[in-house]
Amino acid sequence: MSESPSALLTTADGVPLKVSLRRAVRRSKVKAFLLVSPLLLFLVVAFVMPIFDMLWRSVDNPEVSTHLPRTVAALERWDGESLPDEPVFAALVEDLREGQAARNLGLLSSRLNYEKSGMRSTISRTARRMGSVEPPYRESLIAINDTWGELDTWKLIRREASPYTPSYYLAAVDRQLTPDGEIAKVPDHLEIHVSLFWRTFWMSAVITGLTLLLGYPVAFLLATLPLRHSNLLMILVLLPFWTSLLVRTTTWIAILQSQGVLNDMMVAIGVIADEARWQMIHNKTGTIIAMTHILLPFMILPLYSVMKTIPPSYMRAARSLGGKPFLSFRRVYFPLTIPGIAAGGILVFILSIGYYITPALVGGQSGRFITNYIAYHMQTSLNWGLAAAIASILLFVVVVFYLVFNRLIGVDKVKLG
Amino acid sequence: MAIPSYATRGERLWHYAFLGLCALIFLFLIGPLLVIIPLSFNAEPYFTFSEAMLRFDPAGYSLRWYQDFFTSSAWLGAIKNSFIIGIASTILATVLGTIAALGLSSRHMPARGAIMALLISPMIVPLIISAAAMFFFFSKINLAQTYPGVILAHTALGIPFVVITVTATLSSFDTTLIRAAHSLGANPTRTFFKVVLPLVTPGVVSGALFAFITSFDEVVVVLFIAGPEQRTMPIQMWSGIREQISPTILAVATLLVVLSMLLLTTLELLRRRGERLRGLSPG
Repeated sequence: MSESPSALLTTADGVPLKVSLRRAVRRSKVKAFLLVSPLLLFLVVAFVMPIFDMLWRSVDNPEVSTHLPRTVAALERWDGESLPDEPVFAALVEDLREGQAARNLGLLSSRLNYEKSGMRSTISRTARRMGSVEPPYRESLIAINDTWGELDTWKLIRREASPYTPSYYLAAVDRQLTPDGEIAKVPDHLEIHVSLFWRTFWMSAVITGLTLLLGYPVAFLLATLPLRHSNLLMILVLLPFWTSLLVRTTTWIAILQSQGVLNDMMVAIGVIADEARWQMIHNKTGTIIAMTHILLPFMILPLYSVMKTIPPSYMRAARSLGGKPFLSFRRVYFPLTIPGIAAGGILVFILSIGYYITPALVGGQSGRFITNYIAYHMQTSLNWGLAAAIASILLFVVVVFYLVFNRLIGVDKVKLG
Repeated sequence: MAIPSYATRGERLWHYAFLGLCALIFLFLIGPLLVIIPLSFNAEPYFTFSEAMLRFDPAGYSLRWYQDFFTSSAWLGAIKNSFIIGIASTILATVLGTIAALGLSSRHMPARGAIMALLISPMIVPLIISAAAMFFFFSKINLAQTYPGVILAHTALGIPFVVITVTATLSSFDTTLIRAAHSLGANPTRTFFKVVLPLVTPGVVSGALFAFITSFDEVVVVLFIAGPEQRTMPIQMWSGIREQISPTILAVATLLVVLSMLLLTTLELLRRRGERLRGLSPG
């Protein structure tokens, strides 16, 4: 009596149905996972590992401990109150001799130079005199360069002996460690990154706002027109979407530059004088116009797909219940489109803060984004640790917005075209 | 969007103002692309309309920038590179992405959401960050400045597009069709080739097109990880815009606009075919 009927159910070969079902589910789970695994493996090698490598590089600090191993060991017994004793200086001489012979002091001197300017020349000048230096080393080194007589220099070397450093992240937000290990602002004339982060964020917000302002009416029109007409107009949205980013940036250069199409037109019809041509490119205006144009389809498409699902009868019902057009729009239609606004807004914002090409080509000095500084530190100043730290901060911001987006809309709902 | 018969005069006015506004926005969207097409036929080395062009004087127009493009070894080499890298990475991304999409659309896929988020991430992470990360990592394993390096990078960037389009196609695939085919006496192979493949192909092809255009268009990653050997077309354009602006770039831009028109048409045809095969569309 107490036996439930399901316990009796078995498959043809006598296995209980539950066990058999569990087996089948497990088998299809394994099968599904095996199908995904080649791609997963590929992405881990080609994408995930590089990203983790970058994150690691932003705190990695091997220079001092590899190139000055003896000095670091000798400094362990140092009290930090007065200049180190002779053995430390002797260890430094030995390390520098070895480095000079192997010609690999470049990384070390640039690493220390990030923390204390002048260290590059101090080290190279000292290393060059290593052949002729005589004990007592303490006096001879201070005679070569009095930086060696400063307490701060030794505190710096001891601090940077640690295999990890926060200083790239600090530099990315315009901060540095003082010799005593406190966090302080960098001098005013060196402040650059924080203001660039803010500029990137507010310009992206402006661009997002503009795309919403321009995209909303177009999406509304496309969603309410009969399919035959809206398909035709959709081409006008999709064509720029499909056109190369560089092509679109080039066209804006052709249009906006001071000898360009728009200025020529304005001069020809007499709106502005020939001498007073508008400066619309290589500044913030250029970046905002070009990026609004480039990102507009990314706003229109999610808005359109949401508006398409709103039955037109809702607005008619609101009107028939006595709502004035504006009121019915605000109270009925608009709230229904908020998911589309959120989707489009987050998408455009994420894409915008990571843009590099367009700001670099039309942004000039004042329209640059933080991404341009990542490229600058990678290619020109060659401070890769700092580039990695800035990129990691930006990545963190993007990932936060991506998770919000994923929670709100779901990545698998993303439609392309 | 017809005006209802009960609309007041104010509403009519508002309606036409709205249409006018939309027309202006469409002009903003498409105008720039239309401006460069005539500019690329400029006989003068300027980026603006010359007087002769405005008078529609045939002497103001010429094909010299196209000739420049098709006779320059730098541009032709760049096109060749773009196609080599684009085709190789498209094949890789399509094969890997389609197989994975088959697994992802299974009902029993474990950790589906997390895996999907990971597979889509190359599309979300800003290109400059991917480029920096790949540059650091690929230099370590000696892949920087090589063709395989660039192809691997572009494959990673193209994968999200393939995964999204193919899973979307598969999610609307009616699995009862497979059972129907079996019950009508088709063996699994025949079912796959006669039923599954024709329905899924449009999705796979459009995913492949997305992956190809992603690679064909990509500047940032190539800028960082490619050497002078792997100069692609976008890189050639990029340095052309930065160094010496010549209307050759406008000629290239026009050709690329035409290419994107062709792609768009192909995608639209594929979409319609897919819908027709599934019986979703009346036409």
